[in-house]
Amino acid sequence: MPQNADRVLDHATLFREPEYEAMFESKRNAFECPHPEEKVQEIADWTKSWDYREKNFNREVLTVNPAKACQPLGAVFAAAGFDGCLSMVHGSQGCVAYYRSHLARHFKEPCSAVSTSMTEDAAVFGGLQNLVDGLTNASALYDPKMIAISTTCMAEVIGDDLNSFVIQAKEKNGFSKEFPVPFAHTPAFVGSHVNGYDVMVKSIVANFWTKEEGEPTPGEAINIIPGFDGFAVANNRELTRMLDLMGVEHTLLSDVSDVFDTPTDGTFRMYAGGTTIDEIKAARNAKATLALQQWCSEKTLEMVADETSQTTQAFNYPMGVSATDAFLMAVSEITGKAIPESLELERGRLVDAMTDSQSWLHGRKMAVFGDPDFVYGMTAFLLELGVEPVHCLSTNGNPAWEKKMKALLEDSPFGKDTQVWPRKDLWHLRSLLATEPAEFVIGSSHGKFLQQDLGIPLIRLTFPIFDRHHHHRFPTLGYQGGLRVLVTLLDAVLDKLDRDTEKPGISYDLTR
Amino acid sequence: MSALRQIAFYGKGGIGKSTTSQNTLAALVELDQKIMIVGCDPKADSTRLILNTKLQDTVLHLAAEAGSVEDLELEDVVKIGYKDIKCVEAGGPEPGVGCAGRGVITAINFLEENGAYDDMDYISYDVLGDVVCGGFAMPIRENKAQEIYIVMSGEMMALYAANNIAKGILKYAHSGGVRLGGLICNERRTDKELELSEALAGRLGTKLIHFVPRDNIVQHAELRRQTVIQYAPDSKQAGEYRELARKIHENSGKGVIPTPITMEELEEMLMEFGILKTEEQQLAELEAKEKASA
Repeated sequence: MPQNADRVLDHATLFREPEYEAMFESKRNAFECPHPEEKVQEIADWTKSWDYREKNFNREVLTVNPAKACQPLGAVFAAAGFDGCLSMVHGSQGCVAYYRSHLARHFKEPCSAVSTSMTEDAAVFGGLQNLVDGLTNASALYDPKMIAISTTCMAEVIGDDLNSFVIQAKEKNGFSKEFPVPFAHTPAFVGSHVNGYDVMVKSIVANFWTKEEGEPTPGEAINIIPGFDGFAVANNRELTRMLDLMGVEHTLLSDVSDVFDTPTDGTFRMYAGGTTIDEIKAARNAKATLALQQWCSEKTLEMVADETSQTTQAFNYPMGVSATDAFLMAVSEITGKAIPESLELERGRLVDAMTDSQSWLHGRKMAVFGDPDFVYGMTAFLLELGVEPVHCLSTNGNPAWEKKMKALLEDSPFGKDTQVWPRKDLWHLRSLLATEPAEFVIGSSHGKFLQQDLGIPLIRLTFPIFDRHHHHRFPTLGYQGGLRVLVTLLDAVLDKLDRDTEKPGISYDLTR
Repeated sequence: MSALRQIAFYGKGGIGKSTTSQNTLAALVELDQKIMIVGCDPKADSTRLILNTKLQDTVLHLAAEAGSVEDLELEDVVKIGYKDIKCVEAGGPEPGVGCAGRGVITAINFLEENGAYDDMDYISYDVLGDVVCGGFAMPIRENKAQEIYIVMSGEMMALYAANNIAKGILKYAHSGGVRLGGLICNERRTDKELELSEALAGRLGTKLIHFVPRDNIVQHAELRRQTVIQYAPDSKQAGEYRELARKIHENSGKGVIPTPITMEELEEMLMEFGILKTEEQQLAELEAKEKASA
């Protein structure tokens, strides 16, 4: 026996004991009709060849490991950023379990959302009754200030009309007429979580704005739409800190920084923080609305421009020096508030840190994957650091994103060999990295299988990060965020250098 | 430019919806209207007579080729037909597979998001059969078609379908602005067809917009993939369609919330007209027959 009460082994060790090895081997031979090991190796090697890469890129109807999630996930995330807002997802239960667990695994915080629990009969007769019951029960049980409805594939395929359902719930079925019930259609088979985020923010904001009377009267404040961001907890706070330093009145439209970072003090908070209804209403009278992520806010900004005379402007996840500069200068120009010396000092410190370490990053080859705005912002910062991005891949990036990326890369000598890959998945990226390798991959936890397969270290800098804890508690935006990202990159590079020099012992140095 | 008017043609399958709608719209264009036809039938035959060609590439077919709807451009799917009428076919799956209703939703969303309706006077949806599922109700949702025209005839099943469609409209009328514009009877030469159509219109709380007489010239034109308006602009039948077009054009804002009736009421109505016989009548007839043969 490999283990007994006095000698308890961890499973990872236990399964490598000879008894288990033999068991696995006999199972393989008895049930799995295995090919000889050499043959398996031969095919594995072939999947890393140019020949296979060409076949892989000729793939038409199959997606393998897409680096994106579905629309309702973005909608649930967006809705979580409003005060007392309960997400209700119209469809079958399993979908909602997925959004909740996905967000909980990343933030290590509970994520509350309810489902209209559609079953087969609801799929046949339509989900009106489920929605009516759901609204009544959820508002009685969980005491929300508003309920934001999004949809799953099933409700979308059968064509449930939320507008009509919500009206019917209120007019005919006795659900409170005044209670705010914004809704957004979020078919999961179109677009990605960034679109779901967009339509949900738009729907919640428009829901309150359309009820306001009279023309909006632009004041001094500005609105910020942060976009779908796995680092939102720290980034939203960092954003607020910078704008407070400038003395700029502002409202974040969807702020999840509190609900995904609740303290352990004996009180469970189902809702925490977030944009209040009064703040949403007041946001109509802002001077401008700025979106930190263009592809998370296309429709919302369009709505803002239609409904008000506000200036609208979109950024692409402003990371690093020049992107932060551009953001702060835009805020300064719109509000007339100067950028204070304290922020200039922070900028100087970031530039100082970058120059201190530039020799370790200059010319390093890295690949980036993730949401279109993240990949853009990250790539822009890499170029500033003198890193050479090899591949920039975004499954939910569209041709417009590709064009914008290419324009960015053309501006820098470090971007001249960079290849941009819109609409490609992580199995494409595997082929790319096997044939035209990078030294590091920047992305989400899903990249760890590229690391396992190809030995290229993964740097986790975007959602979802399931296998490392609390990264989202530190910002990636602004000058402070830039510092944090710089340190993350340097740690990865220097760790690898130590590992590589450990054995030979040459250049295994105390000081780097 | 006047405000955009969105209308839809519904009716039992095979009743002549596509023929009637295309002929009417071809006549409407003579009133200087800018028109777009959105065919919501997987068979994709709602624009054939306007385009003078067999089937055009549908939104869903092109989307499948391009990879996804997001990869489509408006220019790919909009074809220009007779007198600049814009034509789009939603398309859909082959019979027996997939979900045609979702196809309609996808196509209409695509058109709206890409600004296909800008600068148009009329959008006309041509929808297959009854309102059978959420997808086929898409054109009558909020902010879509304001007026529904039901194409029917004096046949019982056509009346039945018309009543069913009225139920669909009623369902959405309270949550949106959809109204029943009226009935259009496409003559089948059944007994008391005009009277019956008018009676049903009365029961539904609407009116018979027009009674389109049967004329073989429609078939002649159709065989040539043309509307009567194009094939024989001076014919009597072309005049009928012009009349119908004018009536629809003048019917703006006059739609009603329909008052559909039950199946029993519908049967009673048919009995009143002597089309459906009561049991006593049937027994009496049977007896008379037996006597005669005895």
